[in-house]
Amino acid sequence: MKNHNGSTKTMDLKRIRERLANKKGPDYWRSLEEVAETEEFLDYVKHEFPAGADTWADPVGRRRFLQIMGASIAFGGMTACVRQPEERVVPYVQAPEETIPGKPLFFATAMPLSGYAQGLLVESHEGRPTKIEGNPKHPASLGAVSAIGQASVLNLYDPDRLPAVKNASRLRSWAAFRAELSSAIDQHRANQGRGLRFLSGTVTSPTLAAQIDAVLARFPEARWHQFEPVHSDSAYQAAQLAFGEPVNCYYDLSQADVIFSLDADFLFHGPAALRYTKDFSARRRIENTGNAMNRLYMVESSPTVTGTMADHREVLRASEVESIARQLAAELGIGTSGASLSNGNGGWLAEAARDLQANAGRAMVIPGDFQSPLVHLLAHAMNQVLQAPGNTVFYTDAVEARPESHLESLQSLVEDIQNGQVQTLVILGGNPVFDAPADFQFDRILDRVDLRVHLTPQENETSFLCQWVIPESHFLESWSDARAYDGTVSIVQPLIEPLYASRSAHQLLAAVLGQSDQSDYAIVRNHWEQEFSGADFDSFWRRSLHDGFLEGSALPHRNLAVNVQAVVGQSASQTSGGGIEVMFRPDPSIYDGRFANNGWLQELPKVLTKLAWDNAALLAPATAEELGVRNGDILELKQGESSIEVATWVQPGHPVGSITLHFGYGRRIVGRVGQNTGFNVYPLRSSSQFWIANNVEVRKTGSRHPLASTQHHYSMEGRHLVRHASLEEFQTNPDLIHQMGHEFPDELDLYPDFEYSGYAWGMAVDLNACIGCNACIVACQAENNIPVVGKDQVIVGREMHWIRVDRYYSGSPDHPQVFHQPVMCQHCEKAPCEPVCPVAATVHSSEGLNDMVYNRCVGTRYCSNNCPYKVRRFNYFLYSDWNTESLKLQRNPDVTVRSRGVMEKCTYCVQRINGARIQSKLEDRKIRDGEIKTACQQTCPADAIVFGNINDPDSRVSQLKRSQRNYGILTELNTKPRTTYLARLSNPNPAFATE
Amino acid sequence: MAQLFHRSANALAKVSIVVAVFLIGGLSWASYALYHSNYANRVDEVREQPVPFSHKHHVSGLGIDCRYCHNSVERSPSAGFPETHTCMTCHSRVWTDAPILEPVRESYRTGEPLRWIRVHDLPDFAYFNHSIHVKKGIGCTTCHGQIDEMPLVRQVNTLYMEWCLDCHRNPARYVRPRSEVFSTTWQPPANQLELGAKLVEEYDIQSLTSCSTCHR
Amino acid sequence: MESRAINSSRYKKTYQPPPPVLAPGHNYATVGDKISDIVLSSKINPAWVLGLAIASAFALLLLITISYLLLKGVGIWGINIPISWGFAIVNFVWWIGIGHAGTLISAILLLFHQQWRTSINRFAEAMTLFAVICAGLFPLLHTGRPWLAYWLLPYPNSMDMWPQFRSPLVWDVFAVSTYLTVSLIFWYVGLIPDLATMRDRAKNRLAKITYGVMSMGWRGSAVHWYRYETAYLLLAGLATPLVVSVHTVVSFDFAVSVIPGWHTTIFPPYFVAGAIYSGFAMVLTLVIPIRAFYGLHDLITERHMHNMAKVMLATGLIVAYGYAMEVFFAWYSANPYEGFMMINRQFGPYAFFYWMLILCNILIPQLLWSSRIRRNMLLLFVISIIINLGMWLERFIIVITSLHRDYLPSSWDMFYPTFWDWATFFGTIGLFMTLMLIFIRVLPMISIFEVKTLIPGKRQH
Repeated sequence: MKNHNGSTKTMDLKRIRERLANKKGPDYWRSLEEVAETEEFLDYVKHEFPAGADTWADPVGRRRFLQIMGASIAFGGMTACVRQPEERVVPYVQAPEETIPGKPLFFATAMPLSGYAQGLLVESHEGRPTKIEGNPKHPASLGAVSAIGQASVLNLYDPDRLPAVKNASRLRSWAAFRAELSSAIDQHRANQGRGLRFLSGTVTSPTLAAQIDAVLARFPEARWHQFEPVHSDSAYQAAQLAFGEPVNCYYDLSQADVIFSLDADFLFHGPAALRYTKDFSARRRIENTGNAMNRLYMVESSPTVTGTMADHREVLRASEVESIARQLAAELGIGTSGASLSNGNGGWLAEAARDLQANAGRAMVIPGDFQSPLVHLLAHAMNQVLQAPGNTVFYTDAVEARPESHLESLQSLVEDIQNGQVQTLVILGGNPVFDAPADFQFDRILDRVDLRVHLTPQENETSFLCQWVIPESHFLESWSDARAYDGTVSIVQPLIEPLYASRSAHQLLAAVLGQSDQSDYAIVRNHWEQEFSGADFDSFWRRSLHDGFLEGSALPHRNLAVNVQAVVGQSASQTSGGGIEVMFRPDPSIYDGRFANNGWLQELPKVLTKLAWDNAALLAPATAEELGVRNGDILELKQGESSIEVATWVQPGHPVGSITLHFGYGRRIVGRVGQNTGFNVYPLRSSSQFWIANNVEVRKTGSRHPLASTQHHYSMEGRHLVRHASLEEFQTNPDLIHQMGHEFPDELDLYPDFEYSGYAWGMAVDLNACIGCNACIVACQAENNIPVVGKDQVIVGREMHWIRVDRYYSGSPDHPQVFHQPVMCQHCEKAPCEPVCPVAATVHSSEGLNDMVYNRCVGTRYCSNNCPYKVRRFNYFLYSDWNTESLKLQRNPDVTVRSRGVMEKCTYCVQRINGARIQSKLEDRKIRDGEIKTACQQTCPADAIVFGNINDPDSRVSQLKRSQRNYGILTELNTKPRTTYLARLSNPNPAFATE
Repeated sequence: MAQLFHRSANALAKVSIVVAVFLIGGLSWASYALYHSNYANRVDEVREQPVPFSHKHHVSGLGIDCRYCHNSVERSPSAGFPETHTCMTCHSRVWTDAPILEPVRESYRTGEPLRWIRVHDLPDFAYFNHSIHVKKGIGCTTCHGQIDEMPLVRQVNTLYMEWCLDCHRNPARYVRPRSEVFSTTWQPPANQLELGAKLVEEYDIQSLTSCSTCHR
Repeated sequence: MESRAINSSRYKKTYQPPPPVLAPGHNYATVGDKISDIVLSSKINPAWVLGLAIASAFALLLLITISYLLLKGVGIWGINIPISWGFAIVNFVWWIGIGHAGTLISAILLLFHQQWRTSINRFAEAMTLFAVICAGLFPLLHTGRPWLAYWLLPYPNSMDMWPQFRSPLVWDVFAVSTYLTVSLIFWYVGLIPDLATMRDRAKNRLAKITYGVMSMGWRGSAVHWYRYETAYLLLAGLATPLVVSVHTVVSFDFAVSVIPGWHTTIFPPYFVAGAIYSGFAMVLTLVIPIRAFYGLHDLITERHMHNMAKVMLATGLIVAYGYAMEVFFAWYSANPYEGFMMINRQFGPYAFFYWMLILCNILIPQLLWSSRIRRNMLLLFVISIIINLGMWLERFIIVITSLHRDYLPSSWDMFYPTFWDWATFFGTIGLFMTLMLIFIRVLPMISIFEVKTLIPGKRQH
């Protein structure tokens, strides 16, 4: 980190000098201020931060103090006083079609992430997109959305977005930019585009691809480069070797009985993760003791979501996975096993291989994106031996428009820049200055390019070094298209006019092509009009917009044979060197850093560490002992020149002798939310050691860093909270789960039960399906206007999430079994919170909900004390942001925005229940089963959450509650929770002694 | 020793006790009265509107149906406010140059919406849904009063929670046949209670008094 | 009854007659002067001024804290989820407890004809009053929206809403407010004859008038005395059950809940005992220095110190029994959550405070068995302070350790008090001392007329 700072310092000075040279008076002063600003910016914005992490910590000046005192007392009076302030009603001049004031509309669209599409349905209130949901028809979603997808709506309303074109630190017009651009373009037209370069992320958009082709046709000498810090070059290279072409490969987990994952976090990472989770969990949902369950073998180098679901999990250093793959391949009759392993896994590997073979045609091997090409090659070969292709594994043409190795692509660009061969560089999105391999020194060489243009939603480290910064439109305010993991083309449809003077990549390219300004709608539509061969384009187009994707646009399957010889011929590419080994992984919450300014994602407790607002160096308890460090100790990681500092987090189940670093944190030029969060680990990441760095010197610095974790205890203390058994145990004794806990004897109950004539709402959570991916937490936050409280408050223990995913470990800290348990208000039939509230602000509803009435609450917090599940959340301060205008646009108008001093908690999305009840009454019918989906249920990729009417014996939830796996937590307290859980089962290979 | 107090002090002391009692009683009564005064709940208060729109004229005079302007009342929580275009459907022909309608025409020209002042204003934490009340046979005039006799709209009910509960606890006293919901002339018949009871049965009206019915 | 004791030869050798409740050689005049002079003597004692300065400084700190609290919210304290009750409730229970001695001394001892009460009851009642005032602040301040706290009262409102009468917090409202009212009236009625005395003795006119108004035209006529004694006796009868009820109700706040460590039947008796325990400790803490300072040894004699020490010893033992029962229940109930709670109290992160509590409330007070220590004012003073500390720790242990690790390990957390937590606590102590100091300066801190009844030759009660 130090080096990095240093480098940019010098660079700043250079920029000043540069500006001194070519700027007139006032401009030059502004430039100085600008540079000065970059540091002060930090503290200044901190006070702006909505739920300011420490706005209350600041000393209040006497006068201000008295002022606000007066105000707050007046406020106190006001609530007693009765007159309502005057309010205006502003009707439409002419209402848009379909809009019924007060009723939301849903539109299908898609979110491109690293190029790949995630199908969405977006809720819009009076033209404001407020809530993102999955598109049930979309193959990559099937109704599910990831945490990042859920949170992406917040980026649209991010108050720190760049409002207009910026040049030399002052806002300019798009026209001004076009003028400057065209002059540059004219030169390039003369020289065939020599020295004209483009840098973008992964491109799958057919429209964009066509535009790129047009550009390259116009400027034959121009080059297009792609770079993403999270891109599996290995998959590309392996495909080239195995098939001689960049083949796309995906899996059908619904057909797989036995899965072997070679360090692949396929349930959480990658464009198909949601779909994979849907299919995987479908095979874990054991209704009765009868049906079969799939089996997952996992070899992993860093604890992952997928690993927590494995029936057999082996922990290895990343560099050793390759030799495991070789061994497994050898067991399956491909080549000979390579170097023997540090820890002898021979035995179980043979068993696993036998299991795979026994299930040939219904088995698959999945290689990790961050593993070497060889691992991918071996996987291809093994799948072939296991007759997977066509059954569980599918090959298609490349989904990416320009498949290539991103590292090589960027490298060639860097070399050309160094050789001064680049005059004009147009960067579409991304942030290479921040996330390119350190050895490329992108930040230092960039100003050798004469004209630097950056299209970006928000100013970042890269745009800071570009003369022209063009605000990029959010996907909810611009037209585009993108392909999903299987090639399905999804239309990206806006729900709102751009909030700022922003442009899309399509419009920028149009400008490069010298075309007159046109809407990106025209560009996208025209593209498809040309592509379209059928008779009636309009209806095709309308249907596509309605569905959110082009029907039948998935790429056709291909039958390909792996060149097994090519595989066997490969020599080991990874050698597990001695010393500490460092792994680089994208952050589970803020990805590669692009979401650093998203409060919801920042405050989201990371899937396994439960850390918020920071990344950390994850290491095994044994390693921590060896280094003599504990959580929060700052380590210095050094390799050659580059060194970084990062706080320690001891992670049970982490391989010994290696450290996992999540990149994306430590952004320096970022909005108010991302300021001073986490540690920048990119400086340690070089092109030669992109995913794994060997022989890293690790030193304890002695200084410490406060880390905000939302869970401090990992043990269940012998309490039967997550009840679990092996499938075998469960089948031999179906009543096992119930025998694990005590029920409260009803005859001891003093009070009579409530009577429910109509609906009685209840929920069942399948712990065997839940993978702990956190999507539900963000979905709930978006639906229920849950505020962000900031790191300091999380440290004190005041996070506001209505639903949390508890994580428990059992077994040895080196190799624990991991359990996830989503916990929200259990809506107890005999709720302990209800009788203790002195003002009756929390009471039982006629449908069995445990109502929480914010406007009645005086905040004694007695209910929270008396809640055995501790699911209630209290507004210790004014957490909701009542000031930032843009954020108000996101709020759900059907849910009260809570004020200071009131209790809140999960309501089972009562606004949705009321909505459905009224709708059903208007239509003179009962509410259908499944008509109401709670926000958490709707987004859950594992369909682990089921909500419904438990008075109706046929409802899905009633059926689940009759399951042998169904149990409630802490029922011995006679709380009679309405939310119950389905026990976790594991399906170990009977052939080996279970660990 | 000199007399410290005049003998009248005794009387004074006794009186002061009585006074104190009345003072406390009076104050608590006053605050209660204030809270239920029209000043507080704004009943009968006529608000200055950008355009002095008269329901009296349009409803009883011209006999325009409520739903012509409040067109989402049967489908949505919000009854809906008329768009400028709705006004102009008629006023592009009649009263085309009446000065009081200038704001409407201007809005039509410029596309700048009219900014009315809300008369029936519930607190933000109370969620009211028009469509279901209409569906269950609660007439417009039940809550909004004889709107057809109001030159300018004013509140006739307190809109206090006690007022809502009064009906939610026993709807029979207020429900009317669906056919009469939009009638401004309908008056509860002598046998309202039995009629109401019958309608409650027929329309399957549950008297929902759970907090979450209105607060979420 | 002393006389009987002395006559019995069996005790002659061993039994020392207890010192008299009023030192010999006093007549009406001397008693009157001695007490009233403290108030009426025009010269203000610099030490008193210094004391008031310090006390009011802390009272000011309380004011600032309250302002900041209203401005920012209860988040300025260290509370969180799961520990959403912190110092505020700890202090509340502590102060209420202290507020018990007064009524006990004045009412119950009066009914039991314990003469020795007379010279300390006034003082104790005042202390009670001020303690309850301090206590009363907390339930109000600890709510998230104090300006709506009146919703806890049943009154006709436009929401058609009643308070939740099943909630112990509502019971608290009634218990505490009743206790405050009765104590206040009891104290004031007791003051009337003395106020008259002050009126007659006061030199400057303003004082005369003030005391005059307050004494409500008391002339000490037989009728006055007759009515006075009836009223006082009735009030005593009325106040007596309150001594038990208030802290019983307060203990319900915990006993009614489901939290391990709270949900136990021993709470009411053991809270009441604890209350009296701390109450007497506080009386001693205040009396000993004042007695020395104003040379009141004749009026507040060793006899009083003895008795109060004995009461502390007795109630202390009841409290000890309470602690023992908690441990026993935890084991005997075979309830894993209760069991864990007790282990966690004794060996968890807050273990130090638990053992400190045992030391302060159980071990050290055993010294009081020795009459030599009971006679040693300095030691008695120190012990009384230790007991005050111990009783505060008791409430801290009950509130914090029960909450910080309850049912789901995933939600377990720690409580760390902030500056503002301490500010509120010491602030109320400041307020209390301020009121106390003003009281001893403007009102007779010892009941003049009642002490007169002790003068030999006067009729006994």
